Parts: sequence; C-alpha cells; structure tokens
Amino acid sequence: MSVKIYKINEDLKEFMPQEVIDLEEKATWGNPKRGVMDLPYTKELIEEHSLCAGCPESAAFRYILASLPDPENTIIVNSTGCTSLVFPHIAVHTVHSLFGNQNAVASGIKRVLEWRFPDQVKDVVVLAGDGATIDIGLDCTLQSFFRQEKITTICFDNEVYANTGGQDSGSTPRGMEFKMAPGGKQWDKVPMWQLAIDSGCHYVARLTVSSPKKVEQVIKKAIYVAREVGPTYVHLYTPCVLELGLNSDQGLWEMRERDKERFKFFEYMTPEAEEVIKRKKEEGLL
Amino acid sequence: MSQKVQTEKVRYNRMGQRIVSPDYLLFEAPRTKHFITGSEAVKEAAKRASVDASISYPITPQSEAAHMLGELWREGYIGVYFRGESEFGVMSAIAGCAMAGARTLTTTSGPGTLRAMENFPMWAGSRLPIQLVLMARGINSPLSIQPDNLEISFLLDTGCMVWHAETAQELFDMIIAGFVVAEQPDVHVPLITAIDGFFISHTREAVYLPPEDIALPPYDPYKAPMPVIDMEVPPGRFMRDPFVMKSNYISYATHASWQFEVRAAIERSRPYAKHYLRGLVEHFGDPEGEILFIASGTAAAQAKEATQILIHEEGIKARVLRIKTLRPFPTEEVREAVKGAKYIFIPEFNVVGWLEREVKRALYGYSDIPIFGTPRVGGGMTMPPEFIVQEVLRIIGKEVKHVS
Repeated sequence: MSVKIYKINEDLKEFMPQEVIDLEEKATWGNPKRGVMDLPYTKELIEEHSLCAGCPESAAFRYILASLPDPENTIIVNSTGCTSLVFPHIAVHTVHSLFGNQNAVASGIKRVLEWRFPDQVKDVVVLAGDGATIDIGLDCTLQSFFRQEKITTICFDNEVYANTGGQDSGSTPRGMEFKMAPGGKQWDKVPMWQLAIDSGCHYVARLTVSSPKKVEQVIKKAIYVAREVGPTYVHLYTPCVLELGLNSDQGLWEMRERDKERFKFFEYMTPEAEEVIKRKKEEGLL
Repeated sequence: MSQKVQTEKVRYNRMGQRIVSPDYLLFEAPRTKHFITGSEAVKEAAKRASVDASISYPITPQSEAAHMLGELWREGYIGVYFRGESEFGVMSAIAGCAMAGARTLTTTSGPGTLRAMENFPMWAGSRLPIQLVLMARGINSPLSIQPDNLEISFLLDTGCMVWHAETAQELFDMIIAGFVVAEQPDVHVPLITAIDGFFISHTREAVYLPPEDIALPPYDPYKAPMPVIDMEVPPGRFMRDPFVMKSNYISYATHASWQFEVRAAIERSRPYAKHYLRGLVEHFGDPEGEILFIASGTAAAQAKEATQILIHEEGIKARVLRIKTLRPFPTEEVREAVKGAKYIFIPEFNVVGWLEREVKRALYGYSDIPIFGTPRVGGGMTMPPEFIVQEVLRIIGKEVKHVS
C-alpha cells in the first residue's frame, strides 16, 4: 500500500495546508468501492480545476478521479492541451512529457512497474484530449493497442483544439467551422472508438459525461479489464462551451443533446473482458 | 577495492551476477582479450551493467546492437525490452521506463536521431539518466547510409551529456562509466554516448573485457533528484501552481533557472567523468608538437596516424588532443593544451564542422593560434592519414615529400 506517501510527519502537521491534511485524513484510500457518490462527503483527489467556468472536462475529471478503484496505486499519463493545465492539481503521480507521446510513455511506465513490483498491481491510465489521442498521437495510441499494453486510455473529446484557440481536429464533425477549417471541416469525424476495437482494445466505451454514475461504471470496467486482459479505451464527450459559443451553464444541456445522437452510449467488450466484468460484479466492485 | 568488497556482504543482481563497485569493474577486474565489433561491445557492456529496460527500433547502423540487447533480455540480463513504433515512440517509451525507476539503455542512428529529437530536451528537463548509444551515420537527402557524424551537432544543446568514443574498447568502458556518472544524484541527466557508425559498429578490434559474472550495482531510483513515478514515494501531488498557467515573473524565472540547472548538472558531472574516463581528453604524440590536431571519435584515430607520419616521415613535431566529452566540453583542457602550438587543425567526419565551432568558442579571447577546420569529409568519404598530412603541409607551406 503506498497510501503511506500521503502521511504527514506529526511534527510538521501544524505547518501543512488544510488541503494536504485532508488528503491524508478524508480521501477514500484503500476502498475499491469508492465512487462518485462519495463526492460530497470525502476529500477529492483533484484540488481545484483551472479550466473555464462550466467546462464539462472539469466534471469528467472529478468523476474519473472519484472512480479510480485503487488511486494509491494509479499513475496517470497526460498530454498537452486543456487537460494538462489540471494535472498539477491532482494528487496521484502524473506525467506530462510531450504532445502526443502519452501512450508510449505509459507503455514504458507500465512495463517497468510490472517488472519492479511483480507482486503488486499498478494501474496506468492515459488521459488526453482528442488532438493528442487522435491526431498528433494516433501512432503512439494505436501502437500501444497493437502491443496489447495493459493500460487504460481515456480521451476527452471536445471536438476541437481548444487550448490553442479553436482549430478543427480529426475529431471535429464534417461541416463544423473552426479556425483552420474556414468554410467548415471537409472530412468526417474520426471514429476513434471503432479504431480502438479494430486495434485490439478489449473494452471500449463511448459516452458523454452527462451521467456521473455511468462514467464511474465505464472507468471501473476499463481499469479492471486493462489490469487483467489488455488495452481498454474510453471516449468521453466533454464539449468546449467556449468554442461552441455556449454559456457556462449549458455544458450539461449540450451533452444531453449529443446523448441522443453521435455520442449515444456505446459499449464493446471481448469475451475475456466480459468475464472480468462479470466476476467484478459478483465481487460487488461494479 | 577488491579486498574491501570481500569484507562486505556479497550481493547479486537479478541475473545472479555478483555486484562489484564501478571502480573494480572498470579498473581492477582481470580482463581477457576478445576480437569483437562495436555493436558487440554494446552488448558486452550492457551485460555487465544491470540494465533494467531497453527499447529498440531498426535503423542502420545501430540495428545489430539493438538486436543483441534483445538477446540479453531473452537471456534475463535486461528486464524489459521491445521494438517500438518509431524513434519518437521509442524515446518516449524509454522515458516512461526511466520515470518508473529503471536503468535504461537505447540506441539510434542518423535520421532516427532527428525523428526522436523532441524527446531529448524532455529527458534532460525531466532529469532522466537515460543512456543513448548513438551510432552516427549522418542526416541528409538524398538518402545516405554511410559514416558521417553530422547529427551530433544537433544534440549538443539538448541538455544531455554527450561523449564521443574513439574505439570499441572505449565504447565498452564509456557505457559502463556512463551509467555511473549519469546516475549521480547531483548530475542525473541523460547521456548520449556517440561513436562513428560502421567504422566502430561494424569493424572488429581487440577489446579487453572483465568477467561476465560481475556487474554494476543496480540503479537506485530513490536517490534521484526527482520523484519516481511509481506511487511509492512522496509527494503524492507534485505542484500546486503549474508554471505553464502563469504568465508572470516567477514563472519565467522558474523556467529559466531550471534550464540553467540542467546545464549546471552537466557541469557537475566533470569530476565524475574525469575519474571514470581517466580525463576528459587524451594527449597523443610529441608534447612539444607545433602542429596540434584537436579531434574526437574516429577523426582522432586518423589524426593520430597522421601525427605519426608527420613526426617520423616529415620530421615535423605534431600531437593530438582527443576530446572525449563534448558535453561537458573540456574548455580548460583545450586552453591548456594549445600552449606551444603554432597551428591547430580540426579534422571532422561531417560537413558543418561542429567541433571547430566548439573549439573556437573555447579559445576566443585566449589564443591567437590560427585554427583550420580541415580536413572535413562527409557522406561516407574516408579520411586517409596521408590526406590529412597533405592538407597540413599545404597550409603550413611545406613541400609534400613523402606523401603523394
């Protein structure tokens, strides 16, 4: 158990900020049944977010961090973009190295941790935007699937390069107008969830983050399957309220609208993944 | 040192090799003579270096060395090994291995170096003591797979240490010494160990090797100046105010000071490198030589041959200052060595003359001795010692007697 890394030296406790003391005392360590229902009562692993007001990514971050089954043994690998601004606020070991190499870095970390700690399970989770996952990092993303790396890849799809000021990405639907697609994007949205299936992922889900409980279930399934079987992929719609021209309170509305169409809940699993999920349900962990 | 080891508890690494001190492995252990290539020297060094992880990608001329690291993995000498998707992916994945606490070794050549380029400053900024064996082959269009070391020029400002070996023997010793120097807690930056491809990678020479049942102490990641990414070491959260989110004086100062710190870490490697490499430079030839060659790698080997011709056939006093470490650059050693020289020649296996630039920067304001960046060959051309001698004689205005 590495929850010990949150233990504060008693002699120094009086000097520590309350937020750090709370991490030791009020966060949900050592409880795989933790989930989004704990959010109002426990210390969250995200201190605060540095995104725009009402950004659905911030909700996604909170749900995911509340759902990690074993946060004290979880490493999150990140990439460049809006999400990278949030990572310093997260209280697990995180990595930002380059734009688009997140699945390669995660592969190295996972393999070495398996070798250094053969009797422990360390979950390695990749969390990056659609530009990082699908455009600049597609090679590293798919190759980690081909190699059957036991990592969970989560894509925050806002269908745009938001952090650089609103350019179309591979994930932008055809016809939407952004700053590098004057007159509208000329090509179709990349069906990343389908590429993940074809590339060897054992569990794939596509959804918006309009339902916290659903996000929790999907994240837990993806991590449990990655531990035992192989790569898993979760594609989340986290719309950019700013670039869509919405008000900060309209993110949830936007996601609920997309729930009915291009982000309709979709889930795929291989027979091996299904077996793991069934067992975890029997154990009361899903 | 060997006596001292015997009084301590004998330790073994995961492969069952007896762990010995770096000094014993490098300087004291009995050695036997082997007739091997530079690629095989990489394997023999890795075998004795308790390497945790290696990731490879094919490119000529480094592929053979990478194959042999794979063989070591199969035999159990290396813990993690696979072929990655590209040099960019490989250098990212090996960074992940190092972040997770592994001693790491990888190899590349020529265009692969530039495909991977974005990773090298990231390695340095992340303070990862990764060792990259660079078997230089040049970079160019049209495609070339010949000896040329142009890519070393691009690596000098990445924040990595860069060493340049002259022979397969030196490559073997540098790889072992390299882990020891790069992993010092007050250094802890990446090391690029360069050789000239084909000349060293593909030719056989006598290499003296210590026994294969002894090895370097394993890497202890918890001595690193940065937290290991394994959720076993505090802090659980690294930062509260990320630099990138702030556009203010403190953010700029933090970024600037970290870049200076990476370079300062390279400077702090000097005493360790001096000890384990037996000096940052090598002196060869007549100590009173008026003709001074400053060179590194294979060009230095050719300059040594030319020096012999100049001394013994032309009756001209000549010498070589061979540079072993390009980063840190041996500025003081160069300034000291040029005393008494009348001409400085810098032969190089590349068309840009990166070593000439380095030497001129070190000597600016310290010496008026004329510096000639010649001969300089590229694209796979050879540099016969006779050619070097002809160039020297032509420039100093002497008749070419014995060389035609």
